[in-house]
Amino acid sequence: MQLDIRIPIGALFTMLGVILAGYGLVERSDSFARSLGHNIDLSWGLVILVVGLLFLALARRGARSAPPAAVTQVEERSGGGEG
Amino acid sequence: MHTIHLGAIDYLILGLYFAFVLGIGAALRRSTRSSSDFLLSGRSLPAWVAGLAFLSANLGAQEVIGMAASGAKYGIATSHFYWIGAVPAMVFVGVFMMPFYYGSRARSVPEYLKLRFDEKTRGFNAISFAAMTVVSSGISMYAMGLLLGVLLGWSFTVSVLVSAVIVLLYIFLGGLTSAIYNEVLQFFLIVAGFIPLVYLGMQDVGGWAGLTDRLALAATQHGFAPGAYTQSWRHLGDASSNPMGVEWLGMTMGLGFVLSFGYWTTDFLVVQRAMAADSMSAARRTPLIAAFPKMLFPALVILPGMIALALTTKAGVTQFALPIKADGTPNYDLTIPMMLAHYFPPGMLGLGLTALMASFMSGMAGNVTAFNTVWTYDIYQAYLRRGASDQHYLWMGRASTIVGIALSMATAYATTQFNNIMDMLQLVFAFVNAPLFATFLLGMFWRRTTGHGAFWGLVAGTLAAAVHHGLSLPLGSAVGIKGGWLGTVLVSYPSEMAQNFRTATWAWGTCFVVTILVSLVTRARPDEELRGLVYALTDRPVEAGEPWYRRVGPLALLVLGMTLVLNIVFF
Repeated sequence: MQLDIRIPIGALFTMLGVILAGYGLVERSDSFARSLGHNIDLSWGLVILVVGLLFLALARRGARSAPPAAVTQVEERSGGGEG
Repeated sequence: MHTIHLGAIDYLILGLYFAFVLGIGAALRRSTRSSSDFLLSGRSLPAWVAGLAFLSANLGAQEVIGMAASGAKYGIATSHFYWIGAVPAMVFVGVFMMPFYYGSRARSVPEYLKLRFDEKTRGFNAISFAAMTVVSSGISMYAMGLLLGVLLGWSFTVSVLVSAVIVLLYIFLGGLTSAIYNEVLQFFLIVAGFIPLVYLGMQDVGGWAGLTDRLALAATQHGFAPGAYTQSWRHLGDASSNPMGVEWLGMTMGLGFVLSFGYWTTDFLVVQRAMAADSMSAARRTPLIAAFPKMLFPALVILPGMIALALTTKAGVTQFALPIKADGTPNYDLTIPMMLAHYFPPGMLGLGLTALMASFMSGMAGNVTAFNTVWTYDIYQAYLRRGASDQHYLWMGRASTIVGIALSMATAYATTQFNNIMDMLQLVFAFVNAPLFATFLLGMFWRRTTGHGAFWGLVAGTLAAAVHHGLSLPLGSAVGIKGGWLGTVLVSYPSEMAQNFRTATWAWGTCFVVTILVSLVTRARPDEELRGLVYALTDRPVEAGEPWYRRVGPLALLVLGMTLVLNIVFF
């Protein structure tokens, strides 16, 4: 596998978490009427941030303990799927 | 048209996501050449990654839009799609079928059929599989069009055209590499977007007790017993006493056995993911690992639909109403987009909509690509033009991507006839996967099954589906895509889903019987040709010495036990 799937998940979630939580901090409170008064951007943004960092940490640990498996070429029909 | 208004922050999140996915595609483009490079990845994926990919490949518009739509239309009866459908079927795939798939060299359904049976069986299946991929991608395109419509107020035609252009760009620009990462990313995005939705919704209706109260009111208004929307088995004694209009036998046979097993065992978009696992044992554990989160999915995707129906019946803290279609029926497919807009402030709304779009995009891209592969290699190269240059087939692959997208647009229009995409999807599965499941079952477990038997069984099964569909109609529907097109309506069903389950059962039964009869009068292949393709002639994988959580048997029992508990709790 060329790219450990935990890296893109971790990176995307970290970015999303920062944006959401950051926006939740500066947001006017009247937009929370919809979410029954919860500042869901801030609280859920922090959860997403933690999950993102966790995935990055796991990817780092995984990369240290096991070198990435060699990618062997598959012999059959390649290219056509790329359309 | 209801319109959802987005703020700058929502567009920022949406933009970030698309830039991210296309960026991965560009970065990886040099190192990965095709889907098979990734999909089979030198068979190097650990079981948990394969399990995640397995689960994600199935998560698309049909699940995030269709299951909520069904939750609002049929209530908790929809959970049968998981608790007697998907989960037991996944266990079956892991325990019994994976040894053939992983062990044989087949990489697509048509390929397996060619190895096990013959060329004509492969050809027939290639055509019906191509049709299925087009319908699946069309359903995602419809969902995308619907979403663009409510977001931007565009007409359906403009929305569908724009989504066709977006997916075309996406396939050509980012390619499959990013599409496959996107598939897993969208899974996490859906989970991240739906958990707070369910949390807020449940708080709004006053928890499970408040939900039950409101749905009891909804049930009595529709003439059912109070628990009809919240108790999954108790009202299946008679078809007229539950909103789906199905009795327990139709449910377990039609949905549980035929449709779900048919889908999970023969849809290679999904099964293929397990074949990337690093060992036979990991490949067999892949569907079992995926089954654990799968059995909890009803809480994420069906519950929002039930909450929407509950709030439509009687307001909670907030007011909510299911949107109405031009023909006066509720547009259940809009449940999720409207619920997101109802509860989420700017920010979370962007995240929720990004999750939906990611899901639709990956559904379209995956199916269009599968269409392109099956058409180019299993139909065009096999029957229409052999021995052309690689260049030519590559060109044909690209051309068929465009054709696939055009056909998906036609399907998207057909989908507007239904008020729930799940109804349409199961209709297609009843034609394609239901007979195919009989063929696989016999082919894998009865070595006497012959190529002629399989071929004529499939033809007869598909015809049986057509005849049943042509002679039956859901109550209150017009003759046409929903049935009755053979001139007379012999049977009316209380709902589209009830009709689908019966169509599937007929298709499966006919294929099963015809395959056996024709096999008995034709010559079987010698055993040595069937090694690795038939259960009795395949070595059982050994897994002695592994801890229990790495063995198939204990995992399977644990999955089934937990599913049984869920069935009892919501009985």
